[in-house]
Amino acid sequence: MVHSVHTEEVIEVSAQTQIKPMTMNFGPQHPAAHGVLRLVLEMEGEIVERSDPHIGLLHRGTEKLIEHKTYTQAIPYFDRLDYVAPMNQEHAFALGVEKLLGITPPRRAQYIRVLFCELGRILNHILNITTFALDVGAITPALWGFEEREKGMRFYDAVCGARLHANYFRPGGVAMDMPAGLAEEMLEWTESCPKTLDDLETLLTDNRIFKQRTVDIGVASTEEALDWGFTGPMLRGSDVAWDLRKSQPYDVYEEMNFDVPVGKTGDCYARYLVRVAEMRESLKIMRQCLKSMPDGPVKVNDYKVSPPPRAEMKDSMEALIHHFKLYTEGYHVPAGETYTAVEAPKGEFGVYLVADGTNKPYRCHIRAPGFAHLQALDFISKGHMLADVVSNIGSMDIVFGEIDR
Amino acid sequence: MTEFFSSDLWTIYGLPFAFMMAHIGAIIGVVLLFVAYYTYFERKVMGAMQRRQGPNTVGPFGLLQPIADGIKLLSKETIVPTQSNGPVFVIAPMLLFTLALIAWAVIPVNAKWVLADINVGILYLFAVSSMGVYGVIMAGWASNSKYAFLGGLRSASQMVSYEVSMGLVIVCVLLCVGTLNLSEIITADRPTWVQILLFPMLIVFLISILAETNRAPFDLPEGESEITGGFMVEYSAMTFALFFLGEYANMILMSAMTVVLFLGGWLPPFGIEALAIVPGVIWFVLKTLLVMFFFIWTRATFPRYRYDQLMRLGWKIFLPFTLFYVVLVSGLLVYFDALP
Repeated sequence: MVHSVHTEEVIEVSAQTQIKPMTMNFGPQHPAAHGVLRLVLEMEGEIVERSDPHIGLLHRGTEKLIEHKTYTQAIPYFDRLDYVAPMNQEHAFALGVEKLLGITPPRRAQYIRVLFCELGRILNHILNITTFALDVGAITPALWGFEEREKGMRFYDAVCGARLHANYFRPGGVAMDMPAGLAEEMLEWTESCPKTLDDLETLLTDNRIFKQRTVDIGVASTEEALDWGFTGPMLRGSDVAWDLRKSQPYDVYEEMNFDVPVGKTGDCYARYLVRVAEMRESLKIMRQCLKSMPDGPVKVNDYKVSPPPRAEMKDSMEALIHHFKLYTEGYHVPAGETYTAVEAPKGEFGVYLVADGTNKPYRCHIRAPGFAHLQALDFISKGHMLADVVSNIGSMDIVFGEIDR
Repeated sequence: MTEFFSSDLWTIYGLPFAFMMAHIGAIIGVVLLFVAYYTYFERKVMGAMQRRQGPNTVGPFGLLQPIADGIKLLSKETIVPTQSNGPVFVIAPMLLFTLALIAWAVIPVNAKWVLADINVGILYLFAVSSMGVYGVIMAGWASNSKYAFLGGLRSASQMVSYEVSMGLVIVCVLLCVGTLNLSEIITADRPTWVQILLFPMLIVFLISILAETNRAPFDLPEGESEITGGFMVEYSAMTFALFFLGEYANMILMSAMTVVLFLGGWLPPFGIEALAIVPGVIWFVLKTLLVMFFFIWTRATFPRYRYDQLMRLGWKIFLPFTLFYVVLVSGLLVYFDALP
């Protein structure tokens, strides 16, 4: 901790009078702290001179825990990182392990994974823009958005049995196939969801007050965005058309037809617009997935990695042994290392895995996009007012599950 | 005892005093009832706007919810922070609440239905509503909390800035009606062109009362997502309830003030004679409800202003505009020889 005790800066009013800036503790119990952010603000009146984010209040030692669990047991930890879009994180881990194992999941599984990643993106962005609106003082978008979000959560529920902590993706595919009729329901939802997005936009996009509160607030120029390691909507809001789904497509993203929305100004408003546009693109991808999803298996047919079907275990000794081995010892991953990143809703979510040939990862480092974004809070808030710090935090889309890990 | 009741002392002083007390009691009772059910009204209307139910559990349609809330707040412990300035801390909500109530003395809800029909009613009203800021500053200062302090600062500057333009708006109306008595303001003859002339002032006034009562989109002193409740952050139980009641009583008061100044008080709308069979007090309440609805509607729709933007709106837009309008209105009135 370099900055734990920092120098006492004083403001000179005159030769005789000097004022120490007011230090204000913002959070961790603060409605706009988005969880457990503790900001130490140095203020001159309402102007923020310096904001110092203190993190770690939600640290659970995820990376270390993963080192002591088999590869299958590691997946639920990824749900609990960014708990707003759980499946996107699972995706990164599943892709990483697949790369080390050298397997490719069946086409249907890839489609399902892309489908649910995009659903996750929509759920994440709805949460973000509505709570962002709440941060700048608009109450209604949150309630409208959460109603729509709940409908999306139902699909999570239908496919894996949990609204939040899905634990659905597996290295080699997904845990189980989608239930019958879900595809039609989801297709219907992709048609009705834009209506809610339009409604939300009528409340915010052209609202004078919302624009006054967000335009030119928290500006990060293209260079700054790149220097500070921005990814995702934060980077695209600063006029960089960088999207891992386009630049290094994984699963079936290269077959999908979608645009990458880019903001020009790099302020809170641009980030908001990028997120709204991204949701519409995600709906487009979901529709394509649902329409062109092939039939077939949803996990690799290699019983060393994925469990055999229940029926087979009843009369095949081999299958029973595989099942037993998979759920006790787990599978061994050949030695090697990989950095696998996906375009999570918040930005580049990466998993750096080192396998040593055993059934547990030797090291699992997690690159959370929010961590890099939070560093920038100080420079994008400098000289702004207290209320702008709140909108900056809101537009950064930070979730402490992934920052503190 | 009978001697006393037949004495001059009773007939000259006692009886009017008892009558006045009953009158005051009735006004306070009705206002508090309205305040209680305004919270219910707000929660129901916002619920409908936000596609949810609102209170619906306590009593039929949740109608007993305000009473349950009141009992809860009354039965809790009032916490006075150790570092706070105790007496000021406790007096602040009382002051705010009292001021919100005493203003009702001059509001005429029907012809002759007014406690104190004083000649300078509007000045009294304006003075009392400006005093409200003291309660907020005292609360913000006495709490000895940075959040409360910021809230107090914000509210002081906000209320002062908007009172200036509000005063000028009232001057415009007074020029047209030529009296400071609230009942006479209502009954004064207003030609149609004067009403049209005053319409922009109605808009300015509506926005100003939002700022004056610290309501969204000008709820910066509370600023829930920034300063977590502002000057109210340290208050609990009955002291909090007094702030809350005071705020809502103020909103109703400001609505009533709008009705008196612009919407014709107890007179039937648009001067339609046939509607006069409905008692005037009903019209007054309906019109006040309309403005009260406006408060809720804006709260459900708009984000919050930032502190400097609020100041800019008040000083750089409303003040020059209303000042210009005072000159315009007086000029027109003189030119058309329509001065009352």
